[in-house]
Amino acid sequence: MTRDEALFEYLLRLGDNTLILGHRVSEWCGHAPVLEEDIALANTALDLIGQTQLWLGLAGEVEGKGRDADKLAFLRDAWDFRNVLLVEVPNGDFGRTLMRQFLFDAFHSILLGKLMKSSDTRVAEIAEKASKEVSYHLERSADTVVGLGDGTEESHARMQAALDYLWPYVGEMFTADAVDAEMAEAGIAPDPADLRADYDALVGKVLAEATLDIPDSRFAHKGGKTGTMHTEHLGHLLTQMQWLQRAYPGASW
Amino acid sequence: MKNEWPLWEVFIRGQHGMSHRHVGSLHAPDAEMAIKNARDVYTRRNEGVSIWVVKAADIAASSPSDKGPLYEPSQSKVYRHPTFFDIPEDVGAM
Repeated sequence: MTRDEALFEYLLRLGDNTLILGHRVSEWCGHAPVLEEDIALANTALDLIGQTQLWLGLAGEVEGKGRDADKLAFLRDAWDFRNVLLVEVPNGDFGRTLMRQFLFDAFHSILLGKLMKSSDTRVAEIAEKASKEVSYHLERSADTVVGLGDGTEESHARMQAALDYLWPYVGEMFTADAVDAEMAEAGIAPDPADLRADYDALVGKVLAEATLDIPDSRFAHKGGKTGTMHTEHLGHLLTQMQWLQRAYPGASW
Repeated sequence: MKNEWPLWEVFIRGQHGMSHRHVGSLHAPDAEMAIKNARDVYTRRNEGVSIWVVKAADIAASSPSDKGPLYEPSQSKVYRHPTFFDIPEDVGAM
């Protein structure tokens, strides 16, 4: 694996995380419990899709085979995707969606903070732009997790159930493989394992405030970021997301 | 209706505006979330640099039925408008 091949893989991971989560969040459009949350979620989804254009655009450039962000987003099959499993699991109820958002936002903001110091200026510039959006996402999702966790008996129970369901998907974000090692060595990206302490501190503080208990187990579902085994949900998501380009190749407006 | 979030009135100061202007209202559980919601609902197109929110219930308003006594007396007092003075050219636009 050359350095550019590793960088291409790494950029797919960044871009696929934001693409798949952006799509998931956009599924709430017109369905959120209140108008204000509906607009806020749509804004978040649009931010994530915007970041996707930058990451996948750069990935296509690095690959050098003439694929742009659209081609990478709409013309790859499930096994070509490199997002972590956390972002592809179904939305569930509003509480679970916001819990997933918080668990990812916390990771995302810590990661982008490190990527802003990347030895690759293209990566650093995208991270800089994205980090402002993500700081806001984190502020908002953390507030909502605290509000619902430390809310009524019903909302507390739902948030605890969401955390119990999602926690086994957290560990994958911190696993490392040859791609991560190559990126760390080149100073392009941090070793994911090094982000865990900051993550545990941040997430621990917010979840304590939310009066929620972090599950004891560190068991982690894996296979998303390496593409070896996605959940069955990704294929269904892609069927919807890619339908137009599959049915009408090259359609544009 | 008891479980509904209170209504907040939103005021935004634009890029070049000197004062906050009323832009609309929204629902939120507390002031902090009201500001966040206002950011998402009313500043998506780069409209503002500062947000105020105030609980709609805390605004004291004049009553429409008082329109007569409140406003009509001033209609017949044209001398209150400074339109009877000659303004020297040098002053420019006022």
